[in-house]
Amino acid sequence: MLHVDHLSKTYGEGSGAVEAIHDVSFDVDAQELVCVVGPSGCGKTTLLKCMSGLLAPTGGEVRLGSERVDGPPEKMALVFQEYNRSLYPWMTVRQNVGFPLRTRSLGKRERSTVVEDAVASVDLSRFLDRYPWELSGGMQQRVAIARALAYQPEILLMDEPFASVDAQTRADLEDLVLRIRHQFGVTVVFVTHDIDESVYLSDRIVVLTPSPTEVHEVLEVPLPRPRHQVSTKELPEFAHLRAHVYRAIKRRQGQGEDDAAARPAAEPFARS
Amino acid sequence: MTRRRALDLLLEAGVPVLLLVVVAIWSSNSGSYYYPPLTDVLSTFRRAWLFDRVGSDVVPSLVRLGLGYAIACAAGVAIGLVLGLAPRLRRAADPIVQFLRAIPPPALLPFSILVLGVDNTQKIFIIAFVSVWPVLLNTIDGVAGVDPTLRETARVYRIGRTDRVLRIMLPAASPQIFAGMRTSLSLALILMVISEMVASTNGIGYFVLESQRTFAIPEMWSGILLLGILGYGFNALFVLVERRVLRWHRGARASALS
Repeated sequence: MLHVDHLSKTYGEGSGAVEAIHDVSFDVDAQELVCVVGPSGCGKTTLLKCMSGLLAPTGGEVRLGSERVDGPPEKMALVFQEYNRSLYPWMTVRQNVGFPLRTRSLGKRERSTVVEDAVASVDLSRFLDRYPWELSGGMQQRVAIARALAYQPEILLMDEPFASVDAQTRADLEDLVLRIRHQFGVTVVFVTHDIDESVYLSDRIVVLTPSPTEVHEVLEVPLPRPRHQVSTKELPEFAHLRAHVYRAIKRRQGQGEDDAAARPAAEPFARS
Repeated sequence: MTRRRALDLLLEAGVPVLLLVVVAIWSSNSGSYYYPPLTDVLSTFRRAWLFDRVGSDVVPSLVRLGLGYAIACAAGVAIGLVLGLAPRLRRAADPIVQFLRAIPPPALLPFSILVLGVDNTQKIFIIAFVSVWPVLLNTIDGVAGVDPTLRETARVYRIGRTDRVLRIMLPAASPQIFAGMRTSLSLALILMVISEMVASTNGIGYFVLESQRTFAIPEMWSGILLLGILGYGFNALFVLVERRVLRWHRGARASALS
């Protein structure tokens, strides 16, 4: 469904040029949930911006279905990391979620049904007429997700969406993503630097190298579904996968395994 | 909490009243020709402004102020939006804007009288020309400084140009636009008075100058008093409107700080 084909991106020109993405190719199938992980500063956000048509790649291309992406496609929605900067503070939850639908040829009643359903699916119906800044961080990100769902995309891109919420909220939001993905049959590309999160959510994981970025490895995640925050993470396969991804990222960063082993065993991948 | 608030209100209202009483007592047996007793000024104020000269002087002044200020706000926001959205154009326009804005306003009076005559048009022009700059510059700054994530969100959701400008850029820049409008409001009042002091036959500014020239000192003071009251009133009204319109902004900022 989504094809990233020899994508490269260089910022600037001449001697000041910075190569952010060297050469990245991978495919995402319909209704698949793919996580893109990589070390901090590895060009994940650049990659996502190229995939969403916000940024023109220097080389290669991104295709959605058979169409080349050269601007934000109609069938694509994006959830940003900074929910407090991507929701419009002068609009209520209802207005925020409904705003992208203004251009759609929907009747007024139909539109408000779509909006209310989307908000209900993230459990915020009671807050329809509140402003985003009256809600907690996790709730604001749920509003952003509702806005994306109301847009009725075939593919949903998420840019480290839970990087700035607390751990408990993050677990709830991860489960929300799994639920809506199932409920709406939407394809999800989820960018994160959190290895646990990527293993927990994914059908497949695309592991990136440090900048200038290439694909280090594409990993199948054969963990059973539905997944569960406790029982899934107890599985030996989960631990193996997580260790595998961790080593892949750390090795590419030039850190040996001994180094990793020297860390406290309980939580080697401290969440930031 | 409420007791504290009551005390604040008492202070806010009480201090000016106290000051008035002090001035009244001090001036009551003043022999000075230039500082007549406050009671004289107040009774002149009542005679002149309630409501004898309202039609002849206050209304013309307010019409000039209102029109000049409205034109300044509309033009400032409209041009500011265009320049704020177009970096190239902004660059090209910047020296011109900075130059025009730097001209001391009264220096424009002789020119404007020459070209536009001495009627309302000239006064409205002067008021608008001078008070447009704070609105314009703040609109440019506000629009150009809209958070990139906010813009990208609009692009991802394929928001049309009109909606993007009017429903995203404009509200996002509105806190800064309002700050500019507030500065412009006091400028407009100043320019209203100045323009009425030169080549005019009516208006509050004209009245103050004419009273001084005819040694009607209590009248002069009553005009100054009225201008002060108007300025205070307009500012209070402005704050009231701003609070309503920018309620979201105060809320968002408060929640970001907490």
